[in-house]
Amino acid sequence: MVVGSLDLTLAAVADPTRRSILRRLAAGPRAVGDLARRYRMSQQAVSKHVACLARARLISKRRRGRLHICTLNPAPLREVALWTEGYRRFWEESLDRLDDLLVEMKARERRKKGDR
Amino acid sequence: MSGTLKVAAQGDREIVMTRVLDAPRTLVFDAFTKPELLRKWFYGPDGWTLAVCEIDLRVGGKYRYVWKRGDTEMGMGGVYKEIKAPERIVATGKFDQPWYPGEEVGTMVFAEKGGKTTLTQTVRYESREARDAVLASGAMAGVELGYDRLEKMLRGR
Repeated sequence: MVVGSLDLTLAAVADPTRRSILRRLAAGPRAVGDLARRYRMSQQAVSKHVACLARARLISKRRRGRLHICTLNPAPLREVALWTEGYRRFWEESLDRLDDLLVEMKARERRKKGDR
Repeated sequence: MSGTLKVAAQGDREIVMTRVLDAPRTLVFDAFTKPELLRKWFYGPDGWTLAVCEIDLRVGGKYRYVWKRGDTEMGMGGVYKEIKAPERIVATGKFDQPWYPGEEVGTMVFAEKGGKTTLTQTVRYESREARDAVLASGAMAGVELGYDRLEKMLRGR
């Protein structure tokens, strides 16, 4: 991946319509016109979202006759997923471990007080 | 008994994480500020270590963490802005290889009630875009798409 593409990916998935488009494409390739009918916005507006996703290389577009077919390209999501997975898991697993450490620390405190 | 981690957006630029810990806050505060204790729990998922943990706990003092797994390294550091033991710490933070723009400001509050401590971590990002990037990545990969489906999609390539 080229430098800076993670920013593009994140900006692209920051929008709920674009995430919705990605989910639809996860089921298989679709024509832009077909996608546009699913949203309460103009085809032009949906095309703009599609263009943004294409710029981030999250989807690829090809022509088939008069249709523009969009296909999901999940590769850039891998980088995002690695980060996210890291972030939440990092804190969850660390804090679970802190729970155990605090049990030990409390026992030590009690022993210290008992000694006095 | 372990609490659950809650993560939520707040306002335009913040993410708030809360977690209840079954111990008085003096102990929790120590666990967050003493390197020998941090090394025991703050190393993230299994397989990682907190290889570098330097803390100069005073206003204007610096901290630095470097996590390692094999050849992979992830570092971050910042400066303490406010310290009120055992209640509150405010510090700036920046990853060595940031995945969102700008520096963040983290506020940790340790509130004690009935021998338990509620830890509230608020991270303020430099812009709404940076915060949303952090949230969007979470929403995309974690909640909306589901890890399983994402895994399947990624395996398919």
